[in-house]
Amino acid sequence: MDYTFFQEYWWFLISVLGAVLVFLLFVQGAQSMFLQKMPEQQRESLVGAVAHRWELTFTTLVVFGGAFFASFPLFYSTSFGGAYWVWMLILLGFVVQAVSYKYRSCEGNILGRKTYDIFLFLNGVIAPVLLGGAVSTFFFGSDFTISRSNIVGDSGIISQWGPWHGLEVLADWRVVVFGLMVLFLSRVIANLWYINQIDDEGTRKWNRHQLLVNGAVFVCLYLVVLAVLLTATGYETVGEHEFRLVEYKYLHNICGNWWVLTVLLAGTVAVLAGIIVSLVRPSFTKGIWFAGAGTVLVVMALFWAAGYFATPYYPSSTDLSSSLTIYNSSSSEFTLKVMSIVSLFLPVVAAYIGWVWYKFAK
Amino acid sequence: MESVITLSRAQFALTAFYHWMFVPLTLGLGIFVAILETIWYRKRKQEWMDLCKFWMKLFGINFAIGVATGIILEFEFGTNWSNYSWFVGDIFGAPLAIEGIFAFFCESTFFAVMMFGWKKFSPRSHLAATWLTIIGATFSAWWILVANSWMQHPVGMEFNPDQMRNVMTDFWAVAFSPVAVNKFCHTVFSSWSLGGVFVLGVSAWYLLKGQHIDFALKSIKIGGIVGITGILLTIFTGDGSAVQVTKVQPMKLAAMEGLYEGQEGTPLIGFGIVNPDKTYDNDEDPMLFEISIPKGLSVLGRHDLNAFIPGIKDIIDGKDVIDGEIVNTVPYSERIERGKIAQAALRDYDNARKSGDSEALSLADSTLKANYPYFGYGYFNKVDEAIPNVQLVFYTFHLMVIIGGYLLIYLLIALILAYRKPHLLSAKWKKIPVFPLIALVSIPLVWICHQCGWAVAEVGRQPWTIQDILPVGAAISSVSEAQVLTTFIIFAVLFTVLLIAELSIMVKQIKKGPAESID
Repeated sequence: MDYTFFQEYWWFLISVLGAVLVFLLFVQGAQSMFLQKMPEQQRESLVGAVAHRWELTFTTLVVFGGAFFASFPLFYSTSFGGAYWVWMLILLGFVVQAVSYKYRSCEGNILGRKTYDIFLFLNGVIAPVLLGGAVSTFFFGSDFTISRSNIVGDSGIISQWGPWHGLEVLADWRVVVFGLMVLFLSRVIANLWYINQIDDEGTRKWNRHQLLVNGAVFVCLYLVVLAVLLTATGYETVGEHEFRLVEYKYLHNICGNWWVLTVLLAGTVAVLAGIIVSLVRPSFTKGIWFAGAGTVLVVMALFWAAGYFATPYYPSSTDLSSSLTIYNSSSSEFTLKVMSIVSLFLPVVAAYIGWVWYKFAK
Repeated sequence: MESVITLSRAQFALTAFYHWMFVPLTLGLGIFVAILETIWYRKRKQEWMDLCKFWMKLFGINFAIGVATGIILEFEFGTNWSNYSWFVGDIFGAPLAIEGIFAFFCESTFFAVMMFGWKKFSPRSHLAATWLTIIGATFSAWWILVANSWMQHPVGMEFNPDQMRNVMTDFWAVAFSPVAVNKFCHTVFSSWSLGGVFVLGVSAWYLLKGQHIDFALKSIKIGGIVGITGILLTIFTGDGSAVQVTKVQPMKLAAMEGLYEGQEGTPLIGFGIVNPDKTYDNDEDPMLFEISIPKGLSVLGRHDLNAFIPGIKDIIDGKDVIDGEIVNTVPYSERIERGKIAQAALRDYDNARKSGDSEALSLADSTLKANYPYFGYGYFNKVDEAIPNVQLVFYTFHLMVIIGGYLLIYLLIALILAYRKPHLLSAKWKKIPVFPLIALVSIPLVWICHQCGWAVAEVGRQPWTIQDILPVGAAISSVSEAQVLTTFIIFAVLFTVLLIAELSIMVKQIKKGPAESID
């Protein structure tokens, strides 16, 4: 097992964490529906059904950030330091979310329940859109340059960004569509979660109606994103810091590698099956597991297409040579080895969490 | 640039300050709640269950906001300190990731069982989950403090000129550095004392109101034991901290004591007023007023009555103590020169590598290696840039020690009274309920003590983010003053509002009392 193995292994782990995070954003998807018009009792049951799940999304985000820091510190340094507003908005949303579930129904709650519901709504919209937008820059690039020698240079800072510090990506319609797609995906999974969890026909009916709208919007956006990705021109690595433009780069990455294509197709079919069967068969409540598993598979496949196959996963739209690959931005071999040993315990942690929530569900 | 550095520091300090309002209560109240549940598990009496559930409820309210304020800190390393994140991310990122993978994940899952699993899990499983929540939270603190200690005393790494960053070479040296072990113990034990003081304060409020007397007395007895254990161990590990700081951060120790010129048998200032006009190179008296303990600092720092403790001027002049001997090391003026040589060598190395000039590469490499220990000093232009804010460090250190001493006496007396003369806890002297008043005043004091401790640790390390390697000015991101000022204001307003909200909910819960708070 050489350095390259550990770099690729850690990109695989990042893809798993990213995929699980996108699935768990269903909590945010649910929150984005809290302010819709509905009976108060139904609203409380919707809140209650995700109230003790937010910690998982929150901790997955923390682990995702920590894992990126430990394994690809140059990405952490560049993206977080540059796309300042984007990350700050994401974080602020998670800060207010973390207290809202607990405090909204507590006595002595001076801000009032409605304020916390607005906090939850804001986090519910901001987090999926901006996280989705941030992930889309893995394909569409960002406005930055990197020069490590700046650490002893006049400008002093390794990564330099344009004047909009990451907000400029919002002017790219592809990024906006990607972010909206993640928002509607999270709403779709939330609807499926409620159909599975809340044993009340009225609530299920309301969620099926929502699922129809959210599902239709999501499918449209997903098709647009796929079309854009598969026809996009991408960068290809030809040296440590040398790249060239390749037409249909992501089409080659996906269709030229049967296992990526298989995972992407399987995931897509599972998501669509989860949505469609839930809509046409009112007694079917297991759609969440199909759509959830499908989401994880699709996101993993997209991460692989973004980072493997001589592709820079964080392309610079300003300076080609500043683009980040999993090889030029990773931690040292020693650190990746140490962290790889630590990562072997991840299945144990996941199994424990699964067992606890199984007990709760029972 | 200077204002961005200051604002980035202020923002990190603000968010860390708020986070540390809640974390020590989680650690301290957590151990208390776990003990209560253990007593209930053994005795199976409802009164202990009532105690446990009441305090667990307060624990839960506090836990949520502790989590909320913590997420910002992890990501701020990237948003505001991007140079830092690359330059030492290879070492610093690992403990943060491990904290996330194990501690934080387990902690939050065990927390769910602890708070909501009374009916879903057996008493034994629930008790295990409660203990594991506390152990998880403490384990979480371990990795965070490993990361922080590494900034105070960087070990287990080497500089890689090809990658232009530091890389880890010894994980165990990072994870179990003596500084980390001591800092972890000092922080966790001090959190126990904070938890104890909080429990005593809330319980004293019931005594003051004449409500839930038996509940309050039981809480004071157990909380007092947690508190006194915590404060005794805090003092013990505080001694260890002093020894560590003397050894690895002599400038911080000198600032803590406002010591400019050292001597053998250096006195310890018990109380003093710093002369604001004093600089390292003038002849002003460092103190306007002082009450000192003869030879105290030598005993504190080196456990030797006659040990030499270097002052700020001595350190700048290169005077240090190695293996008990006073030696002349490299003066700061020379360190700055050699730091600039190291940085120039790194530039040369980079150019030679790019141009493929192996001879120049070899020459630059040897120059860099010879001068790398002073690399960080190359960012300074004058020696006084390497001196922390002496007044702030001095006052926060002394306030911490004075309050710590007070807490020892207070907790000791409270515990003795609780076990020997419990009626005196509610007794009045000239219509003044003495103990309840002292107990209530002690609550803010213990928090002030904690914040002062962190101020000493962090301000005392300045101007370094990583001691002797990277000053704060070279660690920042490419962000503007307006950006950081905006987020600083947002965080200040938001965290203050959330703090008020938390306090309001907690006060309401306390007013309801134990019986009404049981689910």
